[in-house]
Amino acid sequence: MESLKYAYYPGCSLESQLAKEFDLSTLAVSEALGIELEELHDWNCCGASSGHSTNMALNHAIVGRNLALAEKQGLDIAAACPACYLRLKHTRHSALEDPDVKSNMIDAIDMPYEGRYDVKHILDIIVNDVGLDAIKEQVVKPLTGLKLVSYYGCVLVRPPDVVGFDDPENPQLMDNLLSALGADVRDWSGKVECCGASLALTKREIVIDLVQDLVKMARDVGADAMVAACPLCNMNVDGRQKLSKNAMPVFYFTELMGLAMGLSGTNKWWRKHIISPKKLLKSYNLI
Amino acid sequence: MNCRRLATSSITIKDHKGVQPVDAGFAQQIKDAGNLPLDRCYQCFTCTLGCPVAKYMDIKPDQIVRMVQLGLKQQVLSSEAIWICCACETCVTRCPNEIDIPKLMDTLKETAIREKITGKNKIIPKFHKDFLYPIKIFGKQYELGLIVYQVLKTLDFGDLGLGIKMILRNKLSFLPGRVKNVDQIRNIYEKTKQE
Repeated sequence: MESLKYAYYPGCSLESQLAKEFDLSTLAVSEALGIELEELHDWNCCGASSGHSTNMALNHAIVGRNLALAEKQGLDIAAACPACYLRLKHTRHSALEDPDVKSNMIDAIDMPYEGRYDVKHILDIIVNDVGLDAIKEQVVKPLTGLKLVSYYGCVLVRPPDVVGFDDPENPQLMDNLLSALGADVRDWSGKVECCGASLALTKREIVIDLVQDLVKMARDVGADAMVAACPLCNMNVDGRQKLSKNAMPVFYFTELMGLAMGLSGTNKWWRKHIISPKKLLKSYNLI
Repeated sequence: MNCRRLATSSITIKDHKGVQPVDAGFAQQIKDAGNLPLDRCYQCFTCTLGCPVAKYMDIKPDQIVRMVQLGLKQQVLSSEAIWICCACETCVTRCPNEIDIPKLMDTLKETAIREKITGKNKIIPKFHKDFLYPIKIFGKQYELGLIVYQVLKTLDFGDLGLGIKMILRNKLSFLPGRVKNVDQIRNIYEKTKQE
């Protein structure tokens, strides 16, 4: 098997407390699966989405600095946050396609960059490089009965000519992964819908509308919970529902992997959820 | 010859909202800035139909493309729509003519800022500027600082409840992470003319 060593790019949300449970569960699951994550040395914020929205040269340069650092470290990047992931992919793509972008970027960062190393998302690495068979072997507590929908969100699978490791309209990787963990995965129409992302801080009524629609779609297919791969999707779904008995918990896919694989420390992750998933997990005797 | 006359004379378009000024160089300016093949658009509306936030936009994505083609610079750059687009990449994934509309929106936003054209929404452009500031100082985002600043600036306390829940669950770090070589980030900001 090829060596699974990557330069880990957690991004600001995972490094700070905002999505610490995503960071901790990603690291725990990766270690258990033999994926070596060496943190990208002295990485900086990717600026999403304000950087690319308002100053493309700045976006290319601050993202390019991370790409150049990975090249220095001699490793492909493993990103966890899909927004960071798309920015890194997009900038590499632009630099390789357009010599002007590349030369301006190199000039702004004052570091060499050739574009030899790729960027992958942790979901891609887990499902495509490690493989579902290896994961099934490690499942000690199958998520039997737990009814889930996979929420990929926007930029994990779009645009396909830049990211493209799964179908952009009806992706399957997370569904297959959760099925391998023993869960009852439901098909639904919200897989790649948008949560409103950074409008959360400037146009909250839009985000509240979009989250309501998503939760309704999930409920319509009988889901107990949503499973996300993005700190922003997770924060919006977790934070923008009305708190009630019926509020739908949302997990990071790595948290459920950790639970099914019997890894330690899961209890710390549940405490970070605004909508506590403990009651739900207890009802299926999973904690 | 014709083009020159077009570019120098003052042209207007009359629509239901009245007489609109036309900037004949605008379409080319945007096409060049974003390397965007806008002429391919045949108004199939696929972008608008799939857009999760089109219903909140004053001008829909397909109309933005058409208005850029027509040179309606002032209307496009002062619209709220360009700031509502949250770059979910659905439109570009589905566009039969491979027009990168999120990139078009980014190009329009950047042009509006550079040319100091303010429109109906003043909060979102300011937010983007504020979002980029902590990165210049620390190299990383500082969520708590950004949120507190945003609340104080807009005096909008609608998210107080959510803020308290986040603090109770320890989701907001008191201090931001830091890049060691933050001078490199400052240089990048200087070279790319970001405040």
